[in-house]
Amino acid sequence: MIRKKEFVIEKFLQLSAIITILTTIGIVLVLTIEAFKFFTEVSIIDFFTKTDWTPLFSKKQYGILPLLSGTLLTSFIAILIALPIGLVIAIYLSEYAPRRVRNFVKPALELLAAVPTVVYGFFALMVVTPFLQTIIPGMSGFNSLSAGFVMGIMIIPIVSSLSEDALNAVPMSLREASYGMGSTKLQTARRVVVPAASSGIVVSVILAISRAVGETMIVAIAAGQQPRLTINPLVPVETLTTYIVQVSLGDVAHNSVEYRTIFAAGITLFMFTFALNTVSHWLKNKYRERYE
Amino acid sequence: MSRIIKINRLKNSGFQVLGIIGTLIGLVLLAIFIGDILMDGLTRIDWDFITSLPSRFPEKSGIFTAMMGSIWILLMTAIISFPIGIGAGIYLEEYATKSRLSKILEINISNLAGVPSIIYGLLGLEVFVRILHFGSSLLSGSLTLALLILPIIIVATRESIKAVPQSIRDASYALGASKWQTIQHQVIPASFGGIMTGVILALSRAVGEAAPLIVVGALAYVPFAPKTPMDDFSVMPIQIFNWISRPQHGFIENAAAAIIILLIITFGMNAIAIYLRSRWQKRISW
Repeated sequence: MIRKKEFVIEKFLQLSAIITILTTIGIVLVLTIEAFKFFTEVSIIDFFTKTDWTPLFSKKQYGILPLLSGTLLTSFIAILIALPIGLVIAIYLSEYAPRRVRNFVKPALELLAAVPTVVYGFFALMVVTPFLQTIIPGMSGFNSLSAGFVMGIMIIPIVSSLSEDALNAVPMSLREASYGMGSTKLQTARRVVVPAASSGIVVSVILAISRAVGETMIVAIAAGQQPRLTINPLVPVETLTTYIVQVSLGDVAHNSVEYRTIFAAGITLFMFTFALNTVSHWLKNKYRERYE
Repeated sequence: MSRIIKINRLKNSGFQVLGIIGTLIGLVLLAIFIGDILMDGLTRIDWDFITSLPSRFPEKSGIFTAMMGSIWILLMTAIISFPIGIGAGIYLEEYATKSRLSKILEINISNLAGVPSIIYGLLGLEVFVRILHFGSSLLSGSLTLALLILPIIIVATRESIKAVPQSIRDASYALGASKWQTIQHQVIPASFGGIMTGVILALSRAVGEAAPLIVVGALAYVPFAPKTPMDDFSVMPIQIFNWISRPQHGFIENAAAAIIILLIITFGMNAIAIYLRSRWQKRISW
């Protein structure tokens, strides 16, 4: 009796675990099937080389580059904010801060990641853009600079917390050797600890980029909905994620090409984040046990 | 010589100041943002705002339908993800140790955690809304969010089960308990605080999500609060998004007011999670 019950329970638990694999299979299947249907109607070469994205207009063009550039531009600005601040925080917390300070600051910073992204979108549109407009007069009401800036604040905890873990993993003996030669803490951090933890820091940055690339609500609210191939951070752009939201809110018939464009945008986004996550996973495993 | 030393010491103290500034900058900005929101929205919050249906006129609009939608979504997502997430976590820690399946599962879960939430929306749209014909209902929405937060719950479950020492299990086996009896009476009670912390954090993430639900087809305007799991719905983040996109100033005030309520809910859940974690860490020391 007990053996039978044990068996049933084990099977249920196994099934729960297998649901995660089914989820992955589901994502890959859904994206490839719909994208495949899309590419029977739109040339894949046009998709990756044309510079206009106008599926919802009468003169339809399906070049993904403007959406891709919008995504990369906002993510780049976000990393420009998050990398220096996150790294300084990580070095400060691991090399300088007393234990009490660290125990307080770490959960406080996690708060930044707990704020819903739609709230950050409100900040970007209602606080940051009006403020920047007083400094930069020609700036448009929707732009990638405010969206990227706020997104950068949001991903600071990803960079700081993972980088700090990497810095903490550097053995004390390396630091002691450096101090023994008369180095200050800053010199030790710059010349010894940060280089030794560099792979872990790179992993944190890649994960932060991946998060920024997939972020939706901030850019949908503050960066605009105009696909545009540009590196000018002051004008409206549209990201892959914003486009998916824009179509989902509108009235587009199922089984139309317009409907399938969101899966084409989706698979582009998925491949991008998948590549970033795979690289970070690979780096993490490769360098994990170097100092043990 | 001594000048160089002085300069280096100066740089060192300089960096320490920079470190403190860097640590504070994000939190200070967050405080400014929240202060601004409170100024915009606090006067708008009253009983009418919480109990009114949405309307074309900002001063008559309320958060009621979106809040009920969020509560429905929260409960249903919890009911779906709780057993599956914990079950998968237990399976990976207690049953599938070091098999090939467990290796695949592990890599797969860490990959899933990195998939953008909007992609889950596309999965939900195709599978739950279209193939299974659940429509753009609460059920489709909460199934989608449940899949989204599963990796978080599984990782949290595994971490807290890992913290239970092997000797506890051995003692249970020595008394003649079966594997499941050991898990049920020893492992789960001992790790429950940590598991609940993870579940609550995951649910607070789900409450704040808008993108996947928009893709699944949640509406920006729902005239009545949902009554069954098959009803159309809106949630607070989508209502906020909708109000932000409108030109009239009155809707911006509404958005700020709704954000205050949403932040109280998410920060409240986070506070509960942190409290549970610290209590659980204090109580249990093997």
